[in-house]
Amino acid sequence: MSVTMTERAAAHVGKALTQRGKGVGLRLGVRTAGCSGMAYRLEYVDDLADEDSVFESHGVKIVVDPKSLAYLDGTELDFVREGLNEGFKFNNPNVKDECGCGESFHV
Amino acid sequence: MALLQIAEPGQSPLPHETRHAIGIDLGTTNSLVASVRQGMSHVMNDAEGRALVPSVVRYQEDGSVLVGYDALKAIAKDPKNTIASVKRLMGRSLTDIAHRENLPLDLVDNPGMVSVKTRQGVKTPVEVSAEILRVLNDRALQTLGQDIVGAVITVPAYFDDAQRQATKDAARLAGLNVLRLLNEPTAAAVAYGLDNSSEGVYAVYDLGGGTFDISILRLTRGVFEVLATGGDSALGGDDFDRRIYCWVLEKAQLKSPPTIEDTALLLLRSREAKEYLSTHPEAPITARLASGEVLDVTIDMATFAEISQMLVSKTLQPVKKTLRDAGLRPEDIQGVVMVGGATRIPLIQRAVGEFFKQEPLNNLDPDKVVALGAAIQANLLAGNRAPGEDWLLLDVIPLSLGLETMGGLVEKVIPRNSTLPVARAQEFTTYRDGQTAMMVHVVQGERELVDDGRSLARFELRGIPPMVAGAARIRVTFQVDADGLLSVTAREQTTGVEAHVEVKPSYGLSDDQITGMLKASVDHARDDAQTRALKETQVDAQRLIEAVRSALTEDRHLLNENEFQLIESDIVKLQTASLSGNRRQITIAMDDLDADCKEFAGRRMNQAVNRALAGKTIDSVEEAMHDLHQVANAPLKEKK
Repeated sequence: MSVTMTERAAAHVGKALTQRGKGVGLRLGVRTAGCSGMAYRLEYVDDLADEDSVFESHGVKIVVDPKSLAYLDGTELDFVREGLNEGFKFNNPNVKDECGCGESFHV
Repeated sequence: MALLQIAEPGQSPLPHETRHAIGIDLGTTNSLVASVRQGMSHVMNDAEGRALVPSVVRYQEDGSVLVGYDALKAIAKDPKNTIASVKRLMGRSLTDIAHRENLPLDLVDNPGMVSVKTRQGVKTPVEVSAEILRVLNDRALQTLGQDIVGAVITVPAYFDDAQRQATKDAARLAGLNVLRLLNEPTAAAVAYGLDNSSEGVYAVYDLGGGTFDISILRLTRGVFEVLATGGDSALGGDDFDRRIYCWVLEKAQLKSPPTIEDTALLLLRSREAKEYLSTHPEAPITARLASGEVLDVTIDMATFAEISQMLVSKTLQPVKKTLRDAGLRPEDIQGVVMVGGATRIPLIQRAVGEFFKQEPLNNLDPDKVVALGAAIQANLLAGNRAPGEDWLLLDVIPLSLGLETMGGLVEKVIPRNSTLPVARAQEFTTYRDGQTAMMVHVVQGERELVDDGRSLARFELRGIPPMVAGAARIRVTFQVDADGLLSVTAREQTTGVEAHVEVKPSYGLSDDQITGMLKASVDHARDDAQTRALKETQVDAQRLIEAVRSALTEDRHLLNENEFQLIESDIVKLQTASLSGNRRQITIAMDDLDADCKEFAGRRMNQAVNRALAGKTIDSVEEAMHDLHQVANAPLKEKK
């Protein structure tokens, strides 16, 4: 089981954490929501829960709760620029279908 | 797929629920757009990495419109169709505009607002500004990749109602939803997080491309109030460029006079030299002129300081005057915020630091600070705030809002300088027995009498159940939302009948009028207080008479002829005293009537109790007592 991120994503997360001034890493998760059933969560982590799995990628900690891990195993988080817009993108091998906007998906 | 941003713990937005809002600095020379992403305010750049959009609009021959750098390039060759500094025309009439003979534009005096004649027809400043806003909005849409719920647009603190309305209209024309207009100095202070810092008085020194503004803000409980503003509308960074340009011409001793193109080129080189001098001890200026002559000079910091000293001290004069207007000394200022590209000039930093005897705040980019603050405010207004984080309240009501009570008096419901949004409720009651309707007259102003205030709206609450005077409870709620829109609701508590009205309180009132109204309230404070006291006593007297009259009609049999005559003559005396307008006489007459009615009131009370006791349970006796008590103590106005 593993979840990783690209070097570019790690650099961006690292910078964001420094600017924020606190936080131990980045939480990746899924929850049931949206038009296609599931939605990603992408949050700073201040407190770790006991059941959390922690992965390290390019020096940045990725925190995933056990329920989400089932849907996220093998995912690589990337930071991309599309025109003027930039942000994080989940490359998740488990996804079968996404809604038109890509904000939610199902497995 | 949509690109995601990192959220605070537990605050990942649901799909399609990210609410993006933008902050726009619609400047005289340059405009910017910013938004908060991942908790930080960022200015959005174009594809070439440029943050600024020159506030220049060009109407082209083929019917298309250019905005920004592309329009700026054409300003020399097509001056009549290329509009710069349109902000100076917003909400103004032709006569309002200073130095209009210097403007290369064909101005048309339209009713309400001056307009510009271009090859694409007559354009109002609102339409021109909308073109700039459209470009900023497009950039935001592309950058955020999502819909935008709304925008906060900044305006100078001294903008009056017409200028603010024109700015809002421009935004609407550009398809933007205006969450709020925000004063530029306030936005700058917000960008520095001063709204979270200690209370105190702050100065915002804003030296832009062509204008200089100084504002004194007071922060109390997270609210910024503009104490005073000043400045010079014809002084800015461009003047420093011109100083260098003049020095270069003098120094170079050109063989032939410079052409228009040469002047444009040399001004550009002068500007570059000025910017270079902010971080270097000297700056080279080289240019090949139209005549083929090559110009090559070097300007050092000392020379620049010498030739621009006059301009720097020119900015300090309005600063002194504005401080004086606010009744403050430089030592009273807790922090100084620097805004505008020209404040990068070390000479200015030093001069401002010396004047206020403290280091000015300058670690944010002075070109971007207003847009950054506007974005922070927009983000909050869009509802993206962390739990526990305070709602940012930045605007205040300029004049008190209230309603008319008996005797033409104003009962203030929301006092001036209350922060927005605000809601206050107060309970009122009926004046006459069996009164079934009540007129609610909403007024604005600081004076005690309705006639001296400004009438905003009137509406009627009908369907109040008939009761004795003072028994009905009518709750009147005043609510002013973030945009300053007032709504007033009156609701009778027992039946729930309701009436409602919406008004725009600031509509049509200029800052001067507001200042005038405030001043009048201070000047007349003593007169007003006396008049108010008299009116209140007169109302009390009338109410007493009404009450006694109605008791007499009901229970005259409880009095013998002498007693009846005595009370009647007391009433006549009180009537006369009330008309005389002598408050003391009225009070005496009221006391007399009250004293002579004591016995009568006692007998009525006994009679009521006897009636109530006849075959009744304890509960209904208490009820009856309660009713009697209410009749005896009903005030005209209950404060809650």
